[in-house]
Amino acid sequence: MTWGLEQVKVTYRSVRALDGVDIPVEAGRVTVLVGGDGAGKSTAAKTLVGLVEPVSGRVRRPEKRQVGYQSEHSGVWFDLTVWENLRFVAQAYGIPQPDSRIDHLIEVTGLGSARHRLAGRLSGGMRQKLGVAMALLPQPRLLVLDEPTTGLDPVSRTDLWMLVAGAAAEGTAVLLTTTYTDEAERGSVVVALDQGRVLAAGTVEDLVSRVPGRIVQTDRPDALAYRWRRGSRWRGWLPDGHPPPEASVVPPDLADVLIVAALLRRADASAA
Amino acid sequence: MRPLLETRQVTKRFGDLVAVDSVTLRVHPGEIVGLIGANGAGKTTLIRLILGLLPPTAGRIDLFGAPPRPEARARVGYVPQTTGSYLDLTVAENLRFVAAAFGTTPPVLDPELRAVADRPLGELPLGIRRKVAFAAAVCHHPDLLILDEPTSGVGPLGRVELWGAIGEVAARGAGVLVTTHHMEEAEQCDRIVLLSAGRVVADGTPAEVTGHVTAVEVSAPQWEPVFRRLREAGFRPLLAGSRLRVAGVDADEITRLAGPGADVRPTSPTLEEAFVALVSR
Repeated sequence: MTWGLEQVKVTYRSVRALDGVDIPVEAGRVTVLVGGDGAGKSTAAKTLVGLVEPVSGRVRRPEKRQVGYQSEHSGVWFDLTVWENLRFVAQAYGIPQPDSRIDHLIEVTGLGSARHRLAGRLSGGMRQKLGVAMALLPQPRLLVLDEPTTGLDPVSRTDLWMLVAGAAAEGTAVLLTTTYTDEAERGSVVVALDQGRVLAAGTVEDLVSRVPGRIVQTDRPDALAYRWRRGSRWRGWLPDGHPPPEASVVPPDLADVLIVAALLRRADASAA
Repeated sequence: MRPLLETRQVTKRFGDLVAVDSVTLRVHPGEIVGLIGANGAGKTTLIRLILGLLPPTAGRIDLFGAPPRPEARARVGYVPQTTGSYLDLTVAENLRFVAAAFGTTPPVLDPELRAVADRPLGELPLGIRRKVAFAAAVCHHPDLLILDEPTSGVGPLGRVELWGAIGEVAARGAGVLVTTHHMEEAEQCDRIVLLSAGRVVADGTPAEVTGHVTAVEVSAPQWEPVFRRLREAGFRPLLAGSRLRVAGVDADEITRLAGPGADVRPTSPTLEEAFVALVSR
């Protein structure tokens, strides 16, 4: 089963937030939506779960009780405890006898020691994990997580990704948004958004193999028209032609792919 | 070369809580040092100690060769996590204000900032706000630049541009201390210091830090059952497209658990994987 957005346009007042985007979200897969602040990730997530109405296009999602959603700001109630938050979600979804599932989620999210702590007193990482546990509680067929790892440290991020992969392994369709390309590389499918449009979409292998021209690495950036720092060295993009001396061709990664796509779009915009 | 900044076994206690525990680090001219740690690892407290906003409980801090004094602030550029800019002032007003406070001239704006110079900062995306905060922090040509999570919320191209700018500051001879918990950024640093629960758990170039940890990559026709088995055995497998990666483990044991049909091969861990393996020990 594939859920998702087809040719979706969303306008806020006069601003076009999504401009005809296709974002398929397949069951049993983790689809990662990557982009910077203002790219349209949250709008896409909200449109998918039905919180925002598109002006045109098609949205495919299962019925409401089969959708789990975590908003960008974790969406937990600060004056309820961890257990009460989960219990409240269970009631809202009308889940019969939810206690064993709540206990299981508290255990796998590592929130056992904070079971009776107010959500407002949790650390950022624990709060995000509670948000994910709440989204997972109804055993949704579609799980939408909006920047669940922003502000999380690597340990919490690893824990969270295990929950996400675990849900996908059980057949859930997962859409996860992030600003980080290294995180996006974990996705089964990556969709990069920029200014409300899809910049690139596919598996990491596809995207990497489709980069036009070549990516090079060098210590002498001056010879390159398009270049960016990578660690103590420089990377560059050669649309065509031979690499300059002392530059070696390297296999691109997702960060390179997205930088090249953004450079091409910028060139298009300034040519228009 | 004398370090711009040196902390020697610096400890900060708040009641029973040891926020910073005997931390020693140095930042030399021209060097980018990454302070990497989990939430609550003590990064922000350490920065407050370095800036002289908090006194250490024990240990010594030398900023430009002396304990931190208010006058030293004139040689430091600092961007807090919250950017510290005024959201109801325009881009140009923010920069004029900071330049005036440091007794210098406002920086020349690049085309992207020039286009929004007269708009209040609060109306602009976080990526632009971070760029303004960075421009404000370097307008007085500081000798030491301290950045707390400088690119959180910034897109890929904005991030490489900001790191390019950080590299230029270092190339001009300033030292840079940057905190992050995103390892993609940590890899941009000349040296990283990993903090966990207030203590330094690893210190070196990114390659030195990852060199202490082993990792494997597992390819299987179906990743799902392998993922479940590894989870049940207490490992922390991470999804990587349609493969799985596990760090800080014995390859033979993973091979046994992954079962026939799976291909398990050693790989070098990412910095993030190394970090998780190091702090979980």
